[in-house]
Amino acid sequence: MLIPIVGLILGIIVGLMVPLDIPISYAPYASIAILAALDSVFGGLRALGEGHFDVDIFITGFFINALLAGFLAFLGDKLGIPIYMAAIFAFGVRIFQNLAIIRRRMLDRLFKKND
Amino acid sequence: MNNRLKGNILIALVCFILGLMLVAQFRSTQKSGSAMTSLQRIQELTMELKTVIDEREKLRAELSELRKRLNEYESSAANISQVTEAMKRELEKARIAAGLVEGTGPGIVITLDDSNLPQQSGEDPNLFLIHDEDILKVVNELFAAGAEAVSVNGQRIIATSEIRCVGPTIMINSVRMAPPFVIQAIGNPESLESSLRMRGGIIESLQVFGIQVNIKRQDKIIMPAYTGPIKFEYFKPVKAGE
Repeated sequence: MLIPIVGLILGIIVGLMVPLDIPISYAPYASIAILAALDSVFGGLRALGEGHFDVDIFITGFFINALLAGFLAFLGDKLGIPIYMAAIFAFGVRIFQNLAIIRRRMLDRLFKKND
Repeated sequence: MNNRLKGNILIALVCFILGLMLVAQFRSTQKSGSAMTSLQRIQELTMELKTVIDEREKLRAELSELRKRLNEYESSAANISQVTEAMKRELEKARIAAGLVEGTGPGIVITLDDSNLPQQSGEDPNLFLIHDEDILKVVNELFAAGAEAVSVNGQRIIATSEIRCVGPTIMINSVRMAPPFVIQAIGNPESLESSLRMRGGIIESLQVFGIQVNIKRQDKIIMPAYTGPIKFEYFKPVKAGE
């Protein structure tokens, strides 16, 4: 649990140091990518907790989800339909579901320790 | 256990990327004020800017041309002869006919405003508003009754003037205007007024729907000149004798 947080903090620090800049026209794609990354993180944490974490599934899931979401955003832009909403919706629902499962497991562990 | 460590490291890696992107995204949002300034809005503004710039260029070209012409006139005015004197008079006449000079004279002032009748449900609200057609009819009637010069809300009606509906407003000489409309006409006040007040005439039909019409005779009306650009791109005069 500690290592991912260290990674996040490290990423923020590096981001602050390096003048990385996303052009404003790519902002929608970047936000989708951020959502995909968040989804992957929570999904990975949940799988870790349940003990069936698979490296291949995790890596491919992350990249393919991000690419598909970006493609949907691009397609939606061309067609004038906000298709990226589908990605936002799917990711959002999954993030909350995974979070709920993680939270339940943590609560369980906490109470078992107290008993 | 090995699997667990690997998973942790991988998640940390994704977290690293996440942090990187978060910072970059935050920065670009910060810079532009809001990420929600949509592309469409940007495109709209760009288009608007372009048309305005084009217009400015056109006006600039026209201005320089006018300056050149003024110079020519001034230099030619130095050697006034009888011929140029006659030409000047002719020019003045043509300018009056074209509506390019301000003038005064007796006439009438008509004020039109939207209806103030309470609207019954089920009635077409369009009937209670002033339309381009109404103004067109009034102007037409005035010219038919011998008006020599007509203006609407300060826009002189000339040969190429349009009276046209543009959304909720009316455009005359490419100037948008909204009610109330003040129509000035120079001519014989009596015949102008009676032409409008004719039984079954335009005023009567407007008043049915409660449109507020006010006609005033005046001894002295100040008629503005046409101030817009004059451009003949396609029209070429045919020389006499050809």
